[in-house]
Amino acid sequence: MNRISPRLRWTAALVAAFGLVAAACGSSSGSSGGGGTTNTTAKTKALAAATLNGSGSTFQQAYDETVIQSFKEAQPAVTITYAGGGSGKGQTDLQAGLVQWAGSDAVPAPADASKYKGPVLNFPTVGAPITMSYNLSGVDKLQLSADTIAGIFQGTIKTWDDAAIKTDNPGATLPSTAITVAHRSDGSGTTANFTKYLTKAAATSWKLGTDKTVNWPSGQQAGNGNAGMAQIIKGTNGAIGYVDYSDAKAASLKFASIKNSAGKYVAASIPGATAAMQTATVNPDLSFDPLNASGATAYPITSPTYILVYTTQTDAAVGNALKGFLNYIYGPGQGLAASVDFAKLPANILSQAKSQVAKITVS
Amino acid sequence: MAIDTALPPTPAPGHLGGARPPGRTTDRAFRILAFAAGFLVLVILVLIAYSTISKAWPAFRDEGLDYFTSDTWDPAHAAFGTLAFSFGTLVISVIALLVSVPISIGIALFVTELSPRWMRRPIVTLVDLLAAVPSVVYGLWGLLVLVPALPGFYQDWHDLFAGVPVLGGLFDGDPIAGKAFMTAGLILAIMITPIITAVTRETFTTVPQAQKDAALAMGATRWEMIRAAVFPHSRSGMTAAILIGLGRAMGETIAVALVIGSSPQITEKLFSSGDALPAVIVNQFGESTGTYQAALIGMGVVLFFLTLIIGVIARTALARADRKLGAP
Repeated sequence: MNRISPRLRWTAALVAAFGLVAAACGSSSGSSGGGGTTNTTAKTKALAAATLNGSGSTFQQAYDETVIQSFKEAQPAVTITYAGGGSGKGQTDLQAGLVQWAGSDAVPAPADASKYKGPVLNFPTVGAPITMSYNLSGVDKLQLSADTIAGIFQGTIKTWDDAAIKTDNPGATLPSTAITVAHRSDGSGTTANFTKYLTKAAATSWKLGTDKTVNWPSGQQAGNGNAGMAQIIKGTNGAIGYVDYSDAKAASLKFASIKNSAGKYVAASIPGATAAMQTATVNPDLSFDPLNASGATAYPITSPTYILVYTTQTDAAVGNALKGFLNYIYGPGQGLAASVDFAKLPANILSQAKSQVAKITVS
Repeated sequence: MAIDTALPPTPAPGHLGGARPPGRTTDRAFRILAFAAGFLVLVILVLIAYSTISKAWPAFRDEGLDYFTSDTWDPAHAAFGTLAFSFGTLVISVIALLVSVPISIGIALFVTELSPRWMRRPIVTLVDLLAAVPSVVYGLWGLLVLVPALPGFYQDWHDLFAGVPVLGGLFDGDPIAGKAFMTAGLILAIMITPIITAVTRETFTTVPQAQKDAALAMGATRWEMIRAAVFPHSRSGMTAAILIGLGRAMGETIAVALVIGSSPQITEKLFSSGDALPAVIVNQFGESTGTYQAALIGMGVVLFFLTLIIGVIARTALARADRKLGAP
């Protein structure tokens, strides 16, 4: 008995703790979701019952789930799911007609257009910064330029007191700790955007090109997903890696300020990401590239993300539900972005995206 | 699989059905049914081979022989060489077998020959329970427990063997990492131990008691009896067990993907990060398109043939050994 009762007490304490956490989460998300939607419920007319299945980019998943939950309260008849699985999976699922909408960090390549069952519209939804998260004891403030990042990730800069890092951080005391570089082990849109940034901002020194997986030098650490990256960085003194803003914040990682094209060192932040999207050139298909954007306050490693849908919708209920969902994203949905550490669209892109919703034809 | 090959040659089973019994039509129906079932396996195999090869064709066509012989995997520059992954798959499978086979045979011998009767059931149940653990659980355990703990241990091993000709090179890393060939091999060893144990145990129980008694009566010790009576009788069964284990090790995906480190390289240093065919497929398939995706499917083909070739080699070697020894 004596040996069992403390254990029981522990179990009870654990159960109680879980209960409290769950209750806290439940009430906070419930109240924020409810608060955002009560006034819109009255305005918008109810949509017919429809199920919208989506899959694709995991980068936007946290945001999508929040919007879906909130939209469900406004339009109870519409069921929306989002399965993640990666941008590539989202695109092939949409091609095969398995889903009604796909999340993707890049718009479909022109060469793939014939694989789709018809013309596709790209809807930018939100953006987010990709952080240069690091773990270096004694260093709480770090500044990096694109060329230095390229050197670190190509293995030419091996220690934290390298001359290039010192140049970026005048006056800072840097230890001689060896740099442990962390990259993604899985194919990832975050890798693609990070390497694309380096091809633009460090064009002469970056040799690895850009894709969802690149030929990293050996001797680096690889982590699965943003969570795996955060785990490596958290557990290794001297580590650095690229991590989504929301995951970096959730893991309370330190991240570096990055030198933007205006020569200013800017910390990863939601306003910095919106500023980067603001100055990006928007193409007719609504794709835009906020990486290495100009503007003094722009955070240079900012990733866009899109929702892809077919222009022609044959099922009226589905088509109207899609339009309703997209309009919701461009309405109350933009306000939800900051709560999950995403940046809302700047006004110029938002207005173009809003008017594009009308191009979806429901037959 | 081929466990029954280990059975003693029963005196000509064909004679049992000597005269044609009245149930001839049912017999024929059964024959057709059994044949169809056997044939179906072949058909499914051929179809799988066909569909994977045709889906992987763009990669084979673009890369040519480089697909198999180059170790440069660089989707950003459309270079898809899989040699480093094949190498990794073989290395971790060999590590797994080297660790697991002695342990499995030890367990099987203990259970069949040495252990007190009351201990047998619990041991067998516990080992079988290991087989029921989902591989992702092994992977997570490896990632969260082994990966942080092993580098220190690896470092000690490295220091211990530094300067020793071959081992000094093997027990090294570039750098020494927790996610490494060795870690993946060790996880695999645990995963394949139950299956190898189960099959060898079954084989050992088929050794005729009379042969064992004869050996003991000649004054053999327990170990000499095992060597003279149990092992020769069980050789083909043990090979089958090892092949099944090897097949599982080579195909294991998620546990390996979590602990191998995803760093394609060919090195003799077992404590450095590497990569393996199935791990690459599961890591990169979701975000792949076009030739990139074809190259990943092609790895399935490589894995398929790698397993096939190793199986054939092992069986040929066994057949040759049997002939040399004059065993049945």
